[in-house]
Amino acid sequence: MKIITTCGMGFGTSLMLLMELQSIGAKHGITIDGEALDISSVHGQNCDAIFGSSEIVKSLEGIAVPVVGIKNILDKAEIEAKLLELVKSTEPGKE
Amino acid sequence: MQLDNANVSLGDESRTPDNAIRAAGQLLINDGLAEPRYVEAMVEAFRDLGPYIVLAPGIAMPHARPEAGAIREGFAVLRLAKPVKFGHPENDPVRLVIPLVGSDDHSHIDLLKRLSRVLMDPDAVNTLLTTDDTALVTALFNDLKN
Repeated sequence: MKIITTCGMGFGTSLMLLMELQSIGAKHGITIDGEALDISSVHGQNCDAIFGSSEIVKSLEGIAVPVVGIKNILDKAEIEAKLLELVKSTEPGKE
Repeated sequence: MQLDNANVSLGDESRTPDNAIRAAGQLLINDGLAEPRYVEAMVEAFRDLGPYIVLAPGIAMPHARPEAGAIREGFAVLRLAKPVKFGHPENDPVRLVIPLVGSDDHSHIDLLKRLSRVLMDPDAVNTLLTTDDTALVTALFNDLKN
């Protein structure tokens, strides 16, 4: 699935989040095609979901895909839980 | 890139987010990682974008765009003597400020991997919060192979 991670600058926390998502995805056999973008470049992007820190995604409005806010970017368990929840809700019948 | 002892400060007396970011930024300047204007850009980013830089409970990672005055990739570690509120609803107050200097072409991914490996380890974070030995702090970050 295609995931965009975002933060204020597009190279710091968004990259860290993307790396975590990809490694968790690999663990579960989910291929995550991802991109890290700064918050102002996110609109109009083609993707399945957007992940970012809970504070930064508050400012996103009018996005058609699921937007997932992560409270603690260093908490693998939180990221894993939210990723799996997203996968379950967008791809019923698949794992 | 290695973390030098010079880039570590344990016990900074700043009481506001702006001062804490500036103090952390000074460590970057001291080590030739960024220009003074990069530090101001970090403060402005915090003012514009809010406390999202407090990524995890007690840990803030201010940074700015590379073209705002980055010289070399790297980071520094500043521990605040007293916790400071940055305004994050869940992760306040902040004790550790880790300013980052990255590069546009994502070659600093290695740096981020090392940082996250340390910061995701509760024992390492505990050491960061309690030790007075800067050499121990640098060892934590530098001893990681790959």
